[in-house]
This record gives sequence, C-alpha cells and structure tokens, in this order.
Amino acid sequence: MVAGPSGEMALVCQLRNSMFIYESNFAANSILDLSSNGAHSSFPRELEDESIYILRETAAQFERPAILFSGGKDSIVVTHLAVKAFAPGKVPFPLLHIDTGHNFPETLAYRDEMVHRLGLELIVRYVQDSIDKGMAREETGKYASRNVLQTVTLLDAIETLKFDACIGGARRDEEKARAKERLFSVRNEFGQWDAQRQRPELFHMLNGRIATGENVRVFPISNWTELDVWRYIQEENLDLPSIYFSHQRPVFDRDGLVWADSPYINKSADEQPYVATVRFRTVGDMTCTAAVKSSANTLDDIITEIRAAEISERGARIDDKRSEAAMEKRKRDGYF
Amino acid sequence: MDILHIATAGSVDDGKSTLIGRLLYETRSVTKDKLEAIQQASKRRGVDFLDLSLLTDGLIAEREQGITIDVAHVYFNTANRKYIIADTPGHFEYTRNMVTGASRVAVSIILIDARNGIVEQTARHYFIASLLRIPKVIVCINKMDLVGYSQTRFDEIVADFKKLAGDYAENQALHFIPASSLYGYNITQRAEAFHWYSGPTLLELLENTEIQHLRKQAARFQVQMVIRPRLLQNAGDQHPQSEALHDYRGYAGRIGSGSLAVGDQVCVLPNQQLSTITQIERLGQAQPVAYAGESVTIQLADDIDIRRGSLLAHPDTKPIARTQLNARLCWLDHQALNVGKTYILQHGVHSVRAKVAQIHGIVDVVSQQLNEGPPTIKLNEIGDVTLRISPAIFADRYAENTANGTFILIDEWSNNTVGVGFVS
Repeated sequence: MVAGPSGEMALVCQLRNSMFIYESNFAANSILDLSSNGAHSSFPRELEDESIYILRETAAQFERPAILFSGGKDSIVVTHLAVKAFAPGKVPFPLLHIDTGHNFPETLAYRDEMVHRLGLELIVRYVQDSIDKGMAREETGKYASRNVLQTVTLLDAIETLKFDACIGGARRDEEKARAKERLFSVRNEFGQWDAQRQRPELFHMLNGRIATGENVRVFPISNWTELDVWRYIQEENLDLPSIYFSHQRPVFDRDGLVWADSPYINKSADEQPYVATVRFRTVGDMTCTAAVKSSANTLDDIITEIRAAEISERGARIDDKRSEAAMEKRKRDGYF
Repeated sequence: MDILHIATAGSVDDGKSTLIGRLLYETRSVTKDKLEAIQQASKRRGVDFLDLSLLTDGLIAEREQGITIDVAHVYFNTANRKYIIADTPGHFEYTRNMVTGASRVAVSIILIDARNGIVEQTARHYFIASLLRIPKVIVCINKMDLVGYSQTRFDEIVADFKKLAGDYAENQALHFIPASSLYGYNITQRAEAFHWYSGPTLLELLENTEIQHLRKQAARFQVQMVIRPRLLQNAGDQHPQSEALHDYRGYAGRIGSGSLAVGDQVCVLPNQQLSTITQIERLGQAQPVAYAGESVTIQLADDIDIRRGSLLAHPDTKPIARTQLNARLCWLDHQALNVGKTYILQHGVHSVRAKVAQIHGIVDVVSQQLNEGPPTIKLNEIGDVTLRISPAIFADRYAENTANGTFILIDEWSNNTVGVGFVS
C-alpha cells in the first residue's frame, strides 16, 4: 500500500482481481449489468445527430468533398448517414473507392449493388494504375500487401480530381493514434497528418478553412465505438457484405491469426489451407484482414459475440501489427 | 440510450489514469489484446507497473517523452448510458487543452491527491470548470488509502474546496467523493474502509446525472444549409427527383438549445421576419418537437430569405444584434493576439469579421483577479476584451445560453483557430 512500483504492481493484481470479483457479482450489480439489452433503442441517437451535423458542415464548407468508400461497415454507415443528412435531396458528393485489386469479391458486388440502389456517383481509382505508372512499387515477401500503397493512389486521386475534403469512417476507439484525431483533420499537399499541430475543436464549431493545396479528412463517426456501429446497423436494418456473417472459406494459420486464402498472399509450404467456418469483423483487402472463427449468422449473434470478445477489432488487422505506432506512421504519410 | 460527456484533467501523479482505467476495467471496456499491449509497452519502457496512460497516449512523441500532449477520447458503456471522457493532459498547454476538452461536457471530474490537498492545479481546474459553466463538478479526493481513510482529512479538503469555490458553487452542483482508485474503492463499488461515507460512488453519481440542461435554455436554431432537392442533384443523375419535391425548401441544422415545435411562430434573424414552423423532420421522420442537440430539417409557412447562418428563435426570447461585445477570451495559439488585426469570428456556423478594440486585463486563474494593462493575450492566457464585429451577430450572454454564447476566432492567414470567446 505504498506509492511507487510495488504499489503499482498491487494495482495490476487488483485490477485483475476486480475483474474477477466483478464477474462473479455480475447479476447483482444493476449498473454494471451490461447484459440487459434494453428492448428499446440501445443506440445513442445523439451520435447520429452529431454525424449528420458534421456531414452537413462538410457539404457547406467545402467545394468538392468525397466519401472514401472501402466497402467496410464503417464506410457503409457513413454513406447511409449522408443519405439521411441531405434527404429528400441527393447526397451532394461522390463515393471514391481506392481499389487495391485485392478486394473480397463479395465487397465489390455489395458496392455496385448499393451505389445503384441509392443512386450515388462512384469513382474508382486503382492501385494497379499507380504501380503501372511507376508511382508505387509492389511489396515483396511473406507479408506483401497493397495496404500502404493505397495512400499513393489516394493522394493522386485527391490531386487530380481536386477533392478538398475526404470523408472517412475512422473511429477514435479503433486505435490509439486515431484517439487523437480531429473531426476536421487538416492535411498538407502530401496528405500528411501533423499530430502536434492540430486545430483545437471547441463546442460544435468546425473550422474547415484551408490554403490552396491543402485538404481535409473528415471523420463523422469519430465518437462511435464498434458496438455503436453494429447496434446502428441493426436498428437501421442496413445490408452488409456477406463476409461479415459466418460462412465457410479456405483459410490458413499465420502468427496466431486466421488468414483468408487467396492468390494475393505469398504462403510458405507449411501454411496449408483448410476450410473453416469464419466471419470477418473488420474488412480491408484480402492481404491485411484476418478472419475470426465464428458461427454468428445474424446481427444479434454478432453483437453478442462482440460484447463477449476479449480481443479488440483492430486485433484482426494485420496492417496494425507491423509496429506499436504503425497507424500513426501511416497517417503521417497520408493514410486516413 | 443517452450520452454523458465528461472531462477529466490532471497529471498521472494524482491517479487520474488509474481512475479512468478503473472505470474502463469495471465496465469491461478494455479488451485483452489492448491490456496485453499496455503490459508489453510498460515493460519496454522499463517500468514494472501497468502504465494505464499508455491506453490513451497514442502518439509516438507522447510515448517517447512520457507525456500527454493532446486531448484523448475514451469511451465506455453501462446498461443505461454511453460515456465519453475527454481526458486532458495536466501540464502541456494546459489551459488550451482543458478548455477544448471540457467545451461540451456536462460533468467535470477534478482529482485531488488526499496527501497534498488543494494545489495550484486544483484552482486552475475549478476556474476553467466555472468559466465553462459545467453544470456538475465532481471532486474526487483520491489516494485516501495513503491517509488511512481518514474522515478528518476528507472533511478538511472539502472545507478548503468550498472556500475556493466561494459563491460560484451556488450555480453548480458540487459533489465530493472520498476514493481509492488503486483499490477501486468508491469508483464503482463501495468498501468497508469508507464506512463513514454514505454518499454515492463515482459511477452512481455519473449514472444519475441529468444531461438535459441545454433544453432549458431559450430556443436557438442556426441554419447549416438550405436543402432544395431540385438544386442538389448530381450531374448525369439516373434517378431524377419527383415533381412533388420541386418546391421543397428545408432548413437543415442542429437545435443549439431549447426546443422548437410544429406550429411555433419563429423570428428569422438577421432579417427579423416572422413565420410559422410547418414541419420538422429528424433523420427522415416527421416529429412534432425537436430538442437541443437534434439534427433536423425545418420547413416554414412562408418563403423568406434564409441562408446558412440564419438563426431561428421564438419572437419573445430572441437574441439581440451585436456589433460590439464584451467577452472573456481564451487564447489558443502560439502567435499572441494582435490588437488591431482583423480576425474571422465564427459564431456557430456563421462567420463574420472582428477586431479587438480593447483588452481590459488578463485573468489570474489562481487568484481569479484581473491584471490590467497588458498589451496582448498570449497562448494559454485568458483575458477580458471588447470586440467590434461586422456584420452583427445574434449571440447571447454565455451565462444565459451556453450554446449561443460562444465563438471562435480564426486567423485568416494561417487559417488556425486561435481563440475561443465567451460573451459576457
């Protein structure tokens, strides 16, 4: 019971103990009883109000915004919010998809169906084109991925298509570098994020003023957590690409994660594919997203699974495992 | 489900990150892989304890220097509520960060180390919480385990704090909790050690906090944009809008304070024209009333000149036009305030020009005295000023309307947000 390391060691044990004690007291303590789902709305609508406010500010303050659409659940939610924000008018900006060429086919099928259904404009730019033009070089080796190369194609698209605001589905709870991101994040002409020179954002006032050549990344669902996203998808009855639900697929094991087998991954001889029942909790391209073994078939199952999960969402992102600061380094280089 | 926004401030030494860690653990909001990452990072940094600041100190520079640079956002849930904590660093650009982090919260948690009692930083915390008129302040007297859970010590600190708060405490709900975040006492669970304390735990206090304070203020609605479907169609549109929407005109925005209902007569500023609300849509659904915080689209009975920045209010409680106003100004930029220079003043979504006509003095945040005579206001200083504005803005006094009584100043050369003001 003293200050300093020994006291802090006690903390480690105490925290672990308290988790244990807490679980045994689970039902007895009503405040901490997270199992009651509350039959009525369990999604905090204030989040939606805030996101719509941000999207409307984006439309009002910028000349040419675009939604960065990956086909993942977060960008699907952002697109849905944009449809609501401007109703009964049309979404006043296009979707921009940076296609690595390594997408899950299910994601592309979903994208095309959604764009048609909602009457949206879709612009696709290909990482392959950046490689062909010599602007980017394919990675080699076991962990080769086009995840980092996306930045090159994105920055090129921003410059040539003259986008001044790119709206993304990143959330602050995903990753610790993202926890310090702004709603309006100013980037220079190289797309770089300067974490230490960010504008303060006070009350609800958003300052989107930029100099020529600069652009802004807009994050309307910054304050949503993974669970908020899923609850929203459930309450709004949104369609998702089928890979978010349990299905059978050839996979192989690497570094304690389950990887989807695909022609884009360099497997070693001992990495033998086998068929497993899996789903994806987060969807990037096939080279950087790991699957989870799961039989969750419905949104209810998925929400139950996430609430019980001991691993965070980005734990399945191979791109984040490169180093402790992998995300911040990518963001400095223009990643979103 | 609603959201409670909370601000915490302070340094690692007063147990703040341990306290936040407690809330996260005990509401099961930290996952195993994040915990393991912290354990590994703690080891790499050569410390043999679990450094919970690593949960939020995500930037390379923060980890290298072992300091918190920026406001971090932390999320947790109970069955009733979602919580968002804006956690601000204790020393680095203190005022700027704390004002930013606390700018929209309903609760401020001020931590006091029971061994040290009230220190200069406590006074700063409380000053900023009062400047921002945060409705509820919870003073968490922590590390009680290190003073033998002494009720006498707790009572002493409470008395000292009440002296510091003075008359201001009458406008604010002030609560005191004796706690040990190390052992988790009075954070979410009670303990025998505090048999003399019968009040709520920290989490109970948070769960019972009323968060509708903005609804009680006069109605303010700023138009973000005018939705006219006929003009919003994309080029090459394959899905033309129906003729029914040809004359549709909706005013999109977020209710800043109070409430507006269908049938209400409203005054549209700056033109002072009157009209009646015929429809309110929130997120695609018609509803009879809209409350503070809701993003809605409003339709009026009359076709009048309304554009981005127009303000709707009830005629009897509308704000006055101001071309000159007094404000308390907190400076946020390395480049000090330049008296005589024209800044962009952004009031909500509405931008005008402003000049500082006079600096009345700088506030000493510890003694709360006004020091007269300085020629400028520097980073992290708070001063009282008179501004001249063109065109007029329809702002309220911050004391009367926290949503419509603030503004930011923007430097038009750097485009940076350089100051935040509270109309007095």
